Amino acid sequence: MITSLLFYALSSILVLAALGVIATRNPVHSALFLVLSFVQSAMLWLLLEAEFLAVVLVLVYVGAVMVLFLFVVMMLDINEEALKEGFTRYLPIGVLVALVLVLEIVYVVWYSSQNLLTGIVPEPYPPGYSNTQALGNILYTEHVYAFELAAVILLLAIVAAITLTMRRRPGLKVQNVAQQVSVKREDRVRLVKVEPSQDS
Amino acid sequence: MVITISHYLVLAAVLFSLSVAGIFINRKNVILLLMCIELMLLAVNFNFIAFSRMLGDEVGQVFVFFILTVAAAEAAIGLAILVVLFRTRQSINVDELDALKG
Repeated sequence: MITSLLFYALSSILVLAALGVIATRNPVHSALFLVLSFVQSAMLWLLLEAEFLAVVLVLVYVGAVMVLFLFVVMMLDINEEALKEGFTRYLPIGVLVALVLVLEIVYVVWYSSQNLLTGIVPEPYPPGYSNTQALGNILYTEHVYAFELAAVILLLAIVAAITLTMRRRPGLKVQNVAQQVSVKREDRVRLVKVEPSQDS
Repeated sequence: MVITISHYLVLAAVLFSLSVAGIFINRKNVILLLMCIELMLLAVNFNFIAFSRMLGDEVGQVFVFFILTVAAAEAAIGLAILVVLFRTRQSINVDELDALKG
């Protein structure tokens, strides 16, 4: 009973927050609504007993990705009126596509597969069950190559983000360390043969 | 009034459709397009976790872990491209990004 109430409360806030993301005029408000929807989803994942992923969602998404989004939104000087001018023009087709999509998926999930899905209630895990341990047991054994590939992808993202946004300003006085280190004696020291003077 | 797996699937469908509508409505603003893509990935993750609970198999949650990793990398690179774009064009309007004449 309390689970049902929690589910309906959290999911209604989630849907309202998603509406706020796509409907507000200010991109900063959109980013904040997206933060709210991520937090609600993390709580819903706790209801599904996926505790590790709920914590990761809050830490990684709310803590890192959305802060990055907010930084970029606030850093760029955007002309909001020009970006919003097609809003009412594309509203009908957007609503139409969303309605068709929702009706199709709800028809398939809710009515067509009556005996397959709707009857299944997720039964709670036994008391000693640890979601983090269960995930770690298969993540580090069966899926260790995929795990290392994910690490490589993160490294790639770091390198790509840094190289894309790094810029060289012309006329800046900087040290060229490689040139300093690789200098040779011949470049700096010149031996001059001095003739002894004859008259004395 | 019992919450079944289908409730979660319907919720994910609503979330996904809202983000599709967001892509249609906000098709001029690249930042909002990126946010709608994040919302879509969240809806997909909902499906993975719900089915993982339904089948009692944690591999679905491992998949969500990898989706989160790739989505974080995608957001970082996308925002970096956006910053470079704004620096060169002084605008992030999709209609003005027609240099390729596609």
